[in-house]
Amino acid sequence: MLQLWLIPLLPLAGFAVNGLLGRRLSKTAINAVAVGSVLLSFLWVLKTLSTLGVFGGGNPLEQAYTEHYYTWIQSGMLNIGVDLAIDRLTAVMLMIVTGVGFLIHVYAVGYMAHEGGYYRFFAYLNLFMFFMLVLVLAANFLLLFVGWEGVGLCSYLLIGFYFTERFATDAGNKAFIVNRIGDFGFSLAVFLIAMHFGSLDFATVFGKVQGMPVESSAGWMTAIALLLFVGATGKSAQIPLYVWLPDAMAGPTPVSALIHAATMVTAGVYMVTRSSAIFLHAHGALEVVAIIGLATAFFAATIGLAQTDIKKVYAYSTVSQLGYMFLGLGTGAFSAGIFHVMTHAFFKALLFLGAGSVIHAMSGEQDLRKMGGLRKYTPITFWTLLCASVAIAGVPPFSGYHSKDAILASAYEYAPWMYWVGVFTAGMTAFYVFRAFFLAFFGEPRWEAAAQAAHGPDAHGHDDPGHGHGAPHESPPSMWIPLAVLAVLSLIGGYINVPKWLEPMFKVAEEAPGIPWTALVSVAAGLIGIALAAWFYLIAPAIPEELARSFSTPYRWIYNKYFVDEFYDSLVVEPMIDGSRSLLWRVFDAAGIDGIVNGTGKTARNLGGILKRMQSGSIRSYAAWVVLGSILVIVAITMAGGVR
Amino acid sequence: MPALPPSVPLSWYLTLSLILFVLGIAGFLFRRNIITVFMSIELMLNAVNLSFITFSYKLKQVDGHIFAFFVMVVAAAEAAVGLAIILTVFKNRQTLEIDELSSLKN
Repeated sequence: MLQLWLIPLLPLAGFAVNGLLGRRLSKTAINAVAVGSVLLSFLWVLKTLSTLGVFGGGNPLEQAYTEHYYTWIQSGMLNIGVDLAIDRLTAVMLMIVTGVGFLIHVYAVGYMAHEGGYYRFFAYLNLFMFFMLVLVLAANFLLLFVGWEGVGLCSYLLIGFYFTERFATDAGNKAFIVNRIGDFGFSLAVFLIAMHFGSLDFATVFGKVQGMPVESSAGWMTAIALLLFVGATGKSAQIPLYVWLPDAMAGPTPVSALIHAATMVTAGVYMVTRSSAIFLHAHGALEVVAIIGLATAFFAATIGLAQTDIKKVYAYSTVSQLGYMFLGLGTGAFSAGIFHVMTHAFFKALLFLGAGSVIHAMSGEQDLRKMGGLRKYTPITFWTLLCASVAIAGVPPFSGYHSKDAILASAYEYAPWMYWVGVFTAGMTAFYVFRAFFLAFFGEPRWEAAAQAAHGPDAHGHDDPGHGHGAPHESPPSMWIPLAVLAVLSLIGGYINVPKWLEPMFKVAEEAPGIPWTALVSVAAGLIGIALAAWFYLIAPAIPEELARSFSTPYRWIYNKYFVDEFYDSLVVEPMIDGSRSLLWRVFDAAGIDGIVNGTGKTARNLGGILKRMQSGSIRSYAAWVVLGSILVIVAITMAGGVR
Repeated sequence: MPALPPSVPLSWYLTLSLILFVLGIAGFLFRRNIITVFMSIELMLNAVNLSFITFSYKLKQVDGHIFAFFVMVVAAAEAAVGLAIILTVFKNRQTLEIDELSSLKN
């Protein structure tokens, strides 16, 4: 036994300590518990993996290593245990979750230093780590679902962390409710799996799938795959359920980095990859995954072009990059998808943490239009964000280049038009990331006037006296050290050859020697994007405004996110509210349910009103009733034939 | 003058018992003095006792006798308690009119 349970249990213990006693602990103690538990968990992952021989030579973890703790549910044929398992895929995810998670915890110590609810924040963060680790370690669908729901809960709690702000609680509710739709699909898929395979264990289910024919037309395997993907669209913010993720940026920035960029939102990618056996037997479903992924990547990138809130830019970028991952999965390159999960975890966590550092420096300002010229004031943030930006733009030899190219190459083999859309999206990605970068760090400072003005509704937190004024300043070491580590990872992370590591699980197409032309084209697209951003925002700042004016209609559509939120509001939310008011409340609740309850009471009272006349209070009338009753009993018995 | 039967037939005892019982009920229902009502109850009990004894004699079984004794014991106890209650009622209300004793209502 390698005691896998320790990996998730350590953060849970941290949650318990901080959650129950945190109010009375000092900040140092809270930091030690919160960061320490995640660090221990990370170290335990390292120890476990090295025991399994991962860091040595040879061919470790060919088979999944499973630990069975106890039987959870036993009902008929169904036998569900609390089982944790490590295979190559889980190993990658474990390293990402605990490694990046640890760095973000360290960062959060600095970022949250001036915030209220300090212990609450870290308790939630640790609880999130617990559920995320359960999610990736689970050896059956139900346990995965436990982690799946748990991270959703923590996401809700942390988005609504500033619960005194209306927009934060609204965003939390939105994330939770939109995710319910996806989770509904996921749970239906789990039911179908239990029905058709009589088991929920990954090993059993996927073993049985291997022996089945590939479904060419839509059948129940396709249904399972599509329902699983519905779950993934909710958690991983794909069309049509992506709307919650940009709003989720209402939470503190470390949360955006950890949950809504690096780990939780990739749970859908992980789950689809985990279920690759099912998807590979349902080609129709795979095609849906690819198309949805591509569409999401493209549309989110176009929205990202025109956002003015730095975190919103990165949020749409996350949606777009998640779309890339699903494009990879859909075109059969599962390992490339996971590869992109890893590199994305590095550079997107870095982008968000860097954005947090910028916001910190600007005392809570998130609007790119009010930044500018920060290069001099926050040099470390500047350099680390540059690393992240070149990584996401796909500039070789940095990490984004490797994973994105693996996906695009697979897309080209699947369908060339998908490749070209993907390349165009890569160009847009480079453009909007560098647009944000240039707007924040170059040009004339636009914050002098803004810094004195009252904080906008987005400028929560950081407004305690002695902190909320003065020139922008570099962040404390606990913030920039994680930035530096992530920057290094963003630069060199592409050389961690994840596809090769995952090869025993997912076959990788033979790669031609040398650099394929597909890679050159996408790099060119990225460089053009960067060049355009530089031209628009450094050399000729007048151009973007002119463009916005001359293409005012498309610009307005993009700026308003294609009015998708408004569309959903009028299509789903408003009818739901109206229906609840007029039908469910007035008819169903007021007339139906209240009517039944009140009617019962009224009937009982009326009946009692009649019966109470018997209670005259006169003893002789009681006696008469007794006599009458006895006579009736005797008559009845006699009529029935007497007593035998 | 018709000839008397050699022994008193069963039906005569039962008829007597019935008459006594009906008298008891009538007294209970129509008299207003509590003491009289009380005596009516005793009358009913003894009517039942009579039928017990009759059947016991006729069937040559001892059960009826035993029941009669039980009824007597209970009746004695009841008489003691009942009379005590009546005394208390009279002390408090200065009346034995049963129709005026309706304070249970309201």
